[in-house]
Amino acid sequence: MECKFVPSVCSYCGTGCGVLFEVVNGKIKKTLPMKSHPVNQGKLCIKGWNLHEHVNSFMRLKSPLIRENGRLQKATWNEAIQITADNLKKISDTYGPDSIGVLVSAKMTNEENYLAQKFTRAVIGTNNVDHCARL
Amino acid sequence: MTNSIGEIEDAGCIFVIGSNTTACHPLIARRIFRAKEKRAKLIVADPRNIQLSRYADVAVNHRLGSDVALLNGMMHLIIKNKWHATDYIATRTEDFDKLAEGVAAYTPERVSAIAEVTIGDLERMAELYATHSPAALLYAMGITQHVTGVDNVKSCCNLAMLTGNVGIASAGVNPLRGQNNVQGACDMGGLPNVLTGYQPVSDPKVIEKFSKAWGVSLSQRPGLTITDMVQAMLDGSLKGLVVIGENPKLSDPDWNHLHHALKELDFLVVQDLFLSETAQVADVVLSAASLAEKDGTFTNSERRCMRIHQAIAPIGDCLSDWEIICRLSTAMGYEMKYESPEDIFDELASLTEASYGGMTYERLGIDGLQWPCPDLNHPGTLYLHKDTFKRGLGKFHAIEYQHPAEMPDESYPFFLTTGRMFAHFHTGTMTRISPSLDIEQRTGYVEINPKDAESLDIQEGDIVILSSRRGEMEAPARISEDVKPGNLFLPIHFGENPTNVLTSAEAFDPLAKIPEFKVSAVKVKKLVEGRPDVDVVC
Ligand code: SF4
Repeated sequence: MECKFVPSVCSYCGTGCGVLFEVVNGKIKKTLPMKSHPVNQGKLCIKGWNLHEHVNSFMRLKSPLIRENGRLQKATWNEAIQITADNLKKISDTYGPDSIGVLVSAKMTNEENYLAQKFTRAVIGTNNVDHCARL
Repeated sequence: MTNSIGEIEDAGCIFVIGSNTTACHPLIARRIFRAKEKRAKLIVADPRNIQLSRYADVAVNHRLGSDVALLNGMMHLIIKNKWHATDYIATRTEDFDKLAEGVAAYTPERVSAIAEVTIGDLERMAELYATHSPAALLYAMGITQHVTGVDNVKSCCNLAMLTGNVGIASAGVNPLRGQNNVQGACDMGGLPNVLTGYQPVSDPKVIEKFSKAWGVSLSQRPGLTITDMVQAMLDGSLKGLVVIGENPKLSDPDWNHLHHALKELDFLVVQDLFLSETAQVADVVLSAASLAEKDGTFTNSERRCMRIHQAIAPIGDCLSDWEIICRLSTAMGYEMKYESPEDIFDELASLTEASYGGMTYERLGIDGLQWPCPDLNHPGTLYLHKDTFKRGLGKFHAIEYQHPAEMPDESYPFFLTTGRMFAHFHTGTMTRISPSLDIEQRTGYVEINPKDAESLDIQEGDIVILSSRRGEMEAPARISEDVKPGNLFLPIHFGENPTNVLTSAEAFDPLAKIPEFKVSAVKVKKLVEGRPDVDVVC
């Protein structure tokens, strides 16, 4: 049996409590508060204590989906990426880059947010990028 | 936040306005209780009776949308009683005269009439806040989700500067961010007018720097905000939309409006963990890895950038958002290649010198670092504006009170406000599938005062129909003294009772483009079971 504790940060509000994921044989069993963490000092709220449950949910998407004949069907990554790239390029070529918008997420990491706006600005070529924190 | 979460404990006075802290930021609320144990004074202003109100030295339920009047009223009394920080105002601020002139008209009598707060309470609030330095002001969406959101924030800043409470420990103006990485998303340039670290796209030097780093020429024209994007979809000028980890169908201010807008798109791609309401109508859905399946950093409300570590391999055929973006860019002809999130972090830190410049994964360790952290020896910053403001002198703004976009009237006699409850997060995509959280609250509900319930003959659990000028919805009634007579409260987490059917897409702050979720006018009616009163023609 392999058991380890992996440090992370609770993603259910902007407080940013330090958590430890209890990982047994490659599966997350529980979430624990990090004792030494400067923000939460060994405490969590009900959402933090249950942070791992959404990770393990059976509702998680397991593969990319593509709409075919009106229905979302399973697809490979290569297909899904290619279709997305082709469609975005087509729109950009026909109507210009400002006809595309990107909504980034307050749930993604900094690195991913950085890349998402870089993608919008450098790859698509527009500043139409916003996040839902206004909402 | 100008200040840090830990500092709250040592405040002399804590003023919480528009934040249901125990429900939405429980581990910040904990610091408020610790401060109380150390004899801090607590002021709570909220349209509802929230849990914190019970522990407050003064708690008021000011009328929805009357924040500017309330804050001006406090400042009026502070100046009248000479409680303001004259030395601080003289050396660190400008335009005090304009503010003093502006708030002169907000006499206790007038404010009391607008905000429905007694003069005695108003006096206590002003006195406690002004005479128990350091005073920390905490707010959340209850301040920003209004047509006057920017005015509300400016008023909070006025109050804090007036009493010398910006630039010292345990004080400040502290917005509590609702979602975990709102701070980071903004810091990273997830905004139409700025790049990372709030460097404006309109500044040619900034554009030159990023164009060089990224090897392409960049547009200097500010882009569309989410509010503008929805409009552009409707008028046909926005054809393609990429949504990453968001569920705007439930969080957008006007469900019907957005529903139609999404239909107009030529192409919609959604990247998410779950088949959210928005993903269900997408052309392509990209299955993203959860936070436990990747490395990276988050930045919390107190500007603390912290590492997350990969705990498990991605579930199923999922990829991290950063890998998806890299693949998509490469497929579109812009090769994006990084070995790891650390590579990306080093690149973004090098382009965000003033705030993230001194951060590396190694330096972040477990505790993280609070920006600004401009160089490798910098210890990070506990509180902002220590000796000077970013612009030099802190500027006062005289702000006039304005009514919310919609006030109750004869046809729509109730004030409706929206918010969160303790067990759920945002649109519920993550918390409602979590068994231990779902069990706390399974369905949506509407809170109504016992007096109103009685006059409308509504019992606990009865289904009521709420309608606004935009649409109507049903929800079970929860009878509660937490809301004032004439007010209703709806939680936002439940897709089957979408609150945004009722709220308005047209009412938003002209500058910040934040929709007015916190105030709408509605009418309420009990749903009567049994024969519908229509004649059935056979
Ligand atoms: S544990 Fe609770 S207070 Fe802490 S970050 Fe998570 S949701 Fe917020």
